Amino acid sequence: MATSTSSLPAPARSSSLADSLRDAGTAALLVLVLGFFFLGVRTDIAPGGLTLTFRWGLLISAVAVVFAGRLALNLFVFKAKQPVTGRMAGILEGTDLSGLGKWLSRILLAFAIVLPFFFTVFFPDRDRQYIDLAILIMTYIMLGWGLNIVVGLAGLLDLGYVAFYAVGAYSFALLAQNFGFGFWMALPLAGLLAAFWGVILGFPVLRLRGDYLAIVTLAFGEIVRIVLLNWYQFTGGPDGISGIPRPTLLGLEFSRGDDGFAAFFGLQYDSIHRYIYLYYIIFILAIITNVVTMRLRRLPIGRAWEALREDEIACRSLGINTTNTKLTAFAIGAMFGGFAGSFFATRQGFISPESFTFLESAIILAIVVLGGLGSQIGVVIASVVMIGGIEMLRNLGFLSQIFGPGFDPTQYRMLIFGLAMVMIMVWKPRGLISTREPTVVLKEKKRIGADMVAQGEGH
Amino acid sequence: MEYFIQQLINGLTLGSIYGLIAIGYTMVYGIIGMINFAHGDIFMIGAFIALAVFLILTSVFGFAFLPLVLLIVLIVAMLFTSAWGWTVERLAYRPLRGSFRLAPLITAIGMSIVLQNFVQVTQGARVKPLPPQIQGGVTLMEGMNENGPIVVQLSYMQMIIILSTVVLMAGFTLLISRTALGRAQRACEQDRKMAALLGVNVDRTISLTFVMGAALAAVAGLMFLLLYGVIDFYIGFLAGVKAFTAAVLGGIGSLPGAMLGGLLIGLIEVFWSGYFTVEYKDVAAFSILAIVLIFLPSGLLGKPEVEKV
Amino acid sequence: MEQTTPAASAGNRWDVDPVLTVEHLTMRFGGLVAVNDLSFNVGRGDITALIGPNGAGKTTVFNCVTGFYKPTEGRIVMRHGPGLQAEAVDAVTASGLRYRSMPEGSVFLLERMPDFEISQIAKVARTFQNIRLFGGMTVLENLMVAQHNALMRASAYTVGGIFGIPGFKNAEKAAIDKARYWLEHVNLIERADDPAADLPYGAQRRLEIARAMCTDPQLLCLDEPAAGLNPRESAELNRILQFIRQEGTSILLIEHDMGVVMEISDHIIVLDYGVKISDGAADEVRTDPKVIAAYLGVDDEAEIDVPEIKQDVEEVVHVAAAPAAAATRKPARKKAAPKAKAAPKAKAAARPADDAGGHAGTRPAGLEAPRAAGADNLTLIKGVGPASEKKLNALGIWHFDQLAAWKKKEVEWVGAYLAFPGRIEREEWVKQARTLAKGGKTAFSKRVAKGEVPTSRASKPAARGKGGKA
Repeated sequence: MATSTSSLPAPARSSSLADSLRDAGTAALLVLVLGFFFLGVRTDIAPGGLTLTFRWGLLISAVAVVFAGRLALNLFVFKAKQPVTGRMAGILEGTDLSGLGKWLSRILLAFAIVLPFFFTVFFPDRDRQYIDLAILIMTYIMLGWGLNIVVGLAGLLDLGYVAFYAVGAYSFALLAQNFGFGFWMALPLAGLLAAFWGVILGFPVLRLRGDYLAIVTLAFGEIVRIVLLNWYQFTGGPDGISGIPRPTLLGLEFSRGDDGFAAFFGLQYDSIHRYIYLYYIIFILAIITNVVTMRLRRLPIGRAWEALREDEIACRSLGINTTNTKLTAFAIGAMFGGFAGSFFATRQGFISPESFTFLESAIILAIVVLGGLGSQIGVVIASVVMIGGIEMLRNLGFLSQIFGPGFDPTQYRMLIFGLAMVMIMVWKPRGLISTREPTVVLKEKKRIGADMVAQGEGH
Repeated sequence: MEYFIQQLINGLTLGSIYGLIAIGYTMVYGIIGMINFAHGDIFMIGAFIALAVFLILTSVFGFAFLPLVLLIVLIVAMLFTSAWGWTVERLAYRPLRGSFRLAPLITAIGMSIVLQNFVQVTQGARVKPLPPQIQGGVTLMEGMNENGPIVVQLSYMQMIIILSTVVLMAGFTLLISRTALGRAQRACEQDRKMAALLGVNVDRTISLTFVMGAALAAVAGLMFLLLYGVIDFYIGFLAGVKAFTAAVLGGIGSLPGAMLGGLLIGLIEVFWSGYFTVEYKDVAAFSILAIVLIFLPSGLLGKPEVEKV
Repeated sequence: MEQTTPAASAGNRWDVDPVLTVEHLTMRFGGLVAVNDLSFNVGRGDITALIGPNGAGKTTVFNCVTGFYKPTEGRIVMRHGPGLQAEAVDAVTASGLRYRSMPEGSVFLLERMPDFEISQIAKVARTFQNIRLFGGMTVLENLMVAQHNALMRASAYTVGGIFGIPGFKNAEKAAIDKARYWLEHVNLIERADDPAADLPYGAQRRLEIARAMCTDPQLLCLDEPAAGLNPRESAELNRILQFIRQEGTSILLIEHDMGVVMEISDHIIVLDYGVKISDGAADEVRTDPKVIAAYLGVDDEAEIDVPEIKQDVEEVVHVAAAPAAAATRKPARKKAAPKAKAAPKAKAAARPADDAGGHAGTRPAGLEAPRAAGADNLTLIKGVGPASEKKLNALGIWHFDQLAAWKKKEVEWVGAYLAFPGRIEREEWVKQARTLAKGGKTAFSKRVAKGEVPTSRASKPAARGKGGKA
């Protein structure tokens, strides 16, 4: 040891370096252990049984990458005196995301209105792909808003929301197949049927609380899927239903024929017209969902939902029929799910039980929670980031030039999706937009911090 | 009658596997009150590790004595799967301790997606068949029914599964009820803050809970591999949902409940497939779960929750 | 509240015009009898207090009245409109209906109604012991939620509300006005737009009361409204409760703070171990020896704040301090009890030993006088306070072995005699006595020996402490 005066800062530094090294070493060792049988060894089917391939190079490079990455993180972020992310965090903290919300939502709304034309003008060769992606994102936004009523407002954890999506889709498909219903005729019926199923399911299970409700709704979602899969005569089983009619504009079909949309308006036929039309349908459906939800929040029923999330027993002591209140939340959420489902059917023209797995429920729930429970704009941001971001991976073809021709980025889509879910949640456990706006104001509107808002844990 | 007994044996075997996975769910739920959605995938990880170890031992090192091979496979699979369980907790759940309740649920779903796709990417999406390793069994009874002669057989594989489940359950119950670790676990279950104030290392206890759950899941994974001989990256989801259903059915938080629930789900599935339709066996299991919960909201062996006003 | 004549029990206002009648209410949880055959009336326009030691079953009664528990047995009648409406009550009871609503008066059988209907239709509102607010909603929103049913009707069950019908706009304005009215009266108008979880504790209590009042209740049930309040807040609470009464709402409250209870209550009902031990105007109850005994006998229930009760307690302890001496000289045991008790405060309320003969069970055999070695210190038995010891001495029970010999019949009789049935079994007096008779020690007697718990023996240092502390 050196003299006492000069040695003071030195051990701190060296121990910080040693700590960082030790920590990075631990992380690398962990990767070695975890990756040993997955990165290091690969089993494959070969004639005469399974063969083993050893990929020590892959394992060692993974270990090295983790060691270096962790060491860099330690040195510059976690254990450094002035982490490089410090400034970034300062900037992030300074910007009040919630205050931005109003402006952001206006800008997003304006962009959403002109979106198809934006893409046709600026990306004429890829417009179809982008508009299709916008339709997909918009569908998830609508589903997120629908589920937000159940989970975000009423605080009922629903892991089987996809069931109502499926009910909506199959209702339209079957009505079209068996009775020749068009999209616009079937849409309200599909919503009503989904709401009806919401009530049928909700009635027995709504007195269950918290996680029990979650698991029963999950079970219900699976039951619906299994029935759709196995009731061959009615639903077509795994083959699904195809030939679902496309939506028409006041009777005009988007087809090449003489009575089609393009011919009627004297335009040259272009399949992009149909995409644009579909986009506006889901856009308007989503906006309706949003407006109705925002309205409901300011009505006694909406306040009762939120009160239910905060404290069910207090609700009952105030004369609120909690069963009916929960049922309406379930039914209205299911109805919007049903609308979205029948849109899905008409957009795809084909549906099968494969589209309605638990993963869909999980993604919708993740969008709601990542966006911030009860926050409408949060759902939009989360949908754009999660769905849009993941679909963007398809465009990263240039990566195969780096990693070799066998590299297919889409293969890693869901892996990255899952990692993003974990990381966003750890970074912002309350979701991106987590403040709550009061529904009624006496003098001055104050936002309510997330730490006060309950999540409806069922006590 | 013979058919019934055969189905009973099959049901108990399947139920043992569900029960072993369910214990992981129920312990984690008991101690931190969250649904560890990734647990089913930990089971899948366990099965893959077991397969890899088995292949390495037999084809690289040329071990031939099956009991020894299986013992090594079991131990290695338990150890490595435990590391996975520990890591999942450390990365996805510990940072969210004491935070918003839905957050760990979402990270759990996220982790489940990550594990599935990690295995899919690294090991391929195709199923991995393993030829049956343990064959033969004991014939319990023989009889006739309308379809001809029928034999009730208890295979050695089934015996191993049921026996090791019983042994593990007994050991586990002892661990929870007699050891300091078990006591710390029960203390954390009752009141985590108070336990911490009294000097229980809560984080370590929770980590060990995940490790134990993962180790049991690895056992279940090995048994699944040996019993069915086919695994893929997706087996964790359905097994996990079923096992969680079993844990809820038995009364979540209760170890004997998890085992009972597992056996019941196994029996329901097997009997439904045996006497009605195979396609709807999951519907039967889930429907019975819903019915039980509606009439017995805290499960079969769970403590009834008194509404505190 | 002075107009109540203390003696005329038949003419009590709450018996003539009760807003709520509880009859033979019994609530069992498994084997535990939390409330046993309880009957009482709550007068219209009164402030009625339900008091008793911890675990006496007060909150259980509340939960039965407000529908959160379904009583095992009994009838709970809520009345709108004056008088007993006896025929209407009988008619509804016989009919199997939950309630009957007439212009001249309505009758509700609360034990048949689900909790939310009790608030919505029968107009009984409540607050909770541990405050239950909607923490993430603003103060104003909390009060709007309380007006849910009125607003639902005005919004045509949401359908009209979505399209913004004018009737709903007006109803919402009226609801905000009502909320403002109550916020002004509980002094929270400045905090109207703050989240409820942000309020300090006392303000949360007041908000909970205001929220309950926004349901327009005819009866307001308050579960320990003064718990955790400082004296200034307590005084404020008293003012609010008086105001609510003036507004025409009857109040039923559970309270531990005797200052609040004695100051504002017109009528007090005392529970101990699920049984009513006293019922009357504040003056009657405060001098009732059974009440004093109930508060005295329970060792961990030492908080009696009323000076009068404190004084009574002190006197009883003083007399009890030399029980053996007095009794040995005068072997006529029947006289011993009344005399000892009546001495300090010659109140008619003291129970003469003779009427003790009317209890069920068998009266235990007593000794004329303690044996040569002197009487045992019966307060070493957990649950036996100085007052009970004195009463036992009056029966000729001086020694542990006498208690140890009691069978079920004796226990039942003594329970009735001491006016707390069931307690001897619950506290296992007989078992404790058996241990003590053999010269053993119980956990409790060790605490007494260490001076942690006051006893009747003057020789022990802590003996006076009980009176002083209590």
